[in-house]
Amino acid sequence: MIRFQQVSKRYPGSGDALSELTLEVDAGEMVFLTGHSGAGKSTLLKLIALIERPTRGQVLINNRNTSGVSRRAIPGFRRDLGIVFQDHKLLQDRTVFDNVGLPLVIAGLRRKEVGKRVRAALDQVGLLDKEGSMPLALSTGEQQRIGIARAVVAKPPLVIADEPTGNLDPDLSLEIMNLFCRFNEVGTTILIASHDLALIERLGRRRVELKDGRLAADSHGPSPGHA
Amino acid sequence: MVRPQATRKRPPAPKRDRGARPNRRRAPRKAREPRTGSGGIVTWLSRHAQSLVGSLGRLARHPLNTGMTMAVIGIALALPALLHLSVTNIRALSGQWRDSVELSVYLEHGRSEDEARSLAAALERRPDVMETQVVTADEALGQFRAASGFGPALDALEDNPLPHLVTVRPEENHTTADAVAALAAVAGDMAGVAEVRADTDWVRRLHGMLDVGRRLVMLAVIVLAVSILLIVGNTIRLDIQNRSQEIEVQKLVGASNGFIRRPFLYSGAWYGLGGGLLALGIVQAALWALSGPVARLAGLYGSDFRLAGLKPEDALLLVGGGAALGWLGSGIAAARNMRRIEPGRSE
Repeated sequence: MIRFQQVSKRYPGSGDALSELTLEVDAGEMVFLTGHSGAGKSTLLKLIALIERPTRGQVLINNRNTSGVSRRAIPGFRRDLGIVFQDHKLLQDRTVFDNVGLPLVIAGLRRKEVGKRVRAALDQVGLLDKEGSMPLALSTGEQQRIGIARAVVAKPPLVIADEPTGNLDPDLSLEIMNLFCRFNEVGTTILIASHDLALIERLGRRRVELKDGRLAADSHGPSPGHA
Repeated sequence: MVRPQATRKRPPAPKRDRGARPNRRRAPRKAREPRTGSGGIVTWLSRHAQSLVGSLGRLARHPLNTGMTMAVIGIALALPALLHLSVTNIRALSGQWRDSVELSVYLEHGRSEDEARSLAAALERRPDVMETQVVTADEALGQFRAASGFGPALDALEDNPLPHLVTVRPEENHTTADAVAALAAVAGDMAGVAEVRADTDWVRRLHGMLDVGRRLVMLAVIVLAVSILLIVGNTIRLDIQNRSQEIEVQKLVGASNGFIRRPFLYSGAWYGLGGGLLALGIVQAALWALSGPVARLAGLYGSDFRLAGLKPEDALLLVGGGAALGWLGSGIAAARNMRRIEPGRSE
């Protein structure tokens, strides 16, 4: 699903954020990405989402080389990708329903179909009753769940998350991670950047550690199962 | 719980090249694909309708800003429209005057009234003459006496100093300055004619001025169209800046530039449409305010001239042109400013 082949990323005016990184994530895996801040976690995710391009090396997503994705093709590429952000990036002037439905509207689905899928996604994150609320009226944990619902609503094969529990207390964090586990159980490949080592330990999934842009450790946890 | 993911089992192959067609709608399920033909158009239309209404709603939420932008556009559009109306009306008026072009043929002193009448008859037989009228010296004196108030002074004159006069109205298609001059030359060569007056210079000058006026309208249209592009462009630019976060999120969840641009284009078109309607209102108000006094003034000159308003096609051009300029202005602004907003740039 994800394959990094000797990927380096250098930002102008600073050193390599990633250097010679080779990494493979199979379809259906759930992988945690850890490391200090500045270790290259965010850069790695940005390369997957085509927010950044590698300086050297190749990134293949779903067997497709990202270097072959032109600027114009990026939107279509991103529609096969679910992204969860630390600050959830919800549109504050739109309802929960509109936020979750945004990827479907962009993909050009009919209203009826959008409604059906949005409610299914909201049901999965346990917030079906909030579809008419504005994001600001929700708690931080609920907002993050809405962010996840938006990431999975179009049923992308791959979901990436950048510190999705960064702003949450331990209980809420576990809840969010369990949510990711459930989506993983039905086949979605999930890559989560996080520094919540205790929580990751508890979930017992594969953990990839980056240090100074290089692979520092890659522990294959038990194959997908209940946390 | 498993239900929505059930479709994951589809083969991965067709997905790989989907990215190459970012504007194509994504087929949610294999089974739905045969319906994308008509469904695509319906979806496309409903998406546009949504943007259309959505952008209007957004404008309505900031009535003051929206109103001011529309007012500026309206005034900018009203100016050339009013200029255009002035020129058309003056042209219509000059057309009326051109019908009243007349030659005054003065006979030599001592020529008799009969000679004047036969001269008039000879002139009237010409194909380029519509009608003639004889004003005898006595009639002329009477008219002058009545009009000037010099009655007693005229009584002191022994002889009537005025000659007989034949007024000649050319045929309608012989009223150009050249035709009138030719006719005047012919009349001047006739026996007993002292002088022919055909004052066509003012007609030429008026037409020259109208040409200048028409050119001014064109210049005003160009200058003000550019200013409308700038006004709308700037408004949309600010709008895009204010909503950069939203645009960033849309880009991150896979929105194409076209999708993001659409509501801004519609906003621009709404601004232009509102401005166009306002301009139409300004023009109508000006016409309403002027029509009474103009009709009275025309009446004083014995004319039934009335101010002409905008023709329906002109009104349509005004409003449609406004909307088109708004659309274009926002399109330019969107193309210039949206590219700068890319996810990751702000971090």
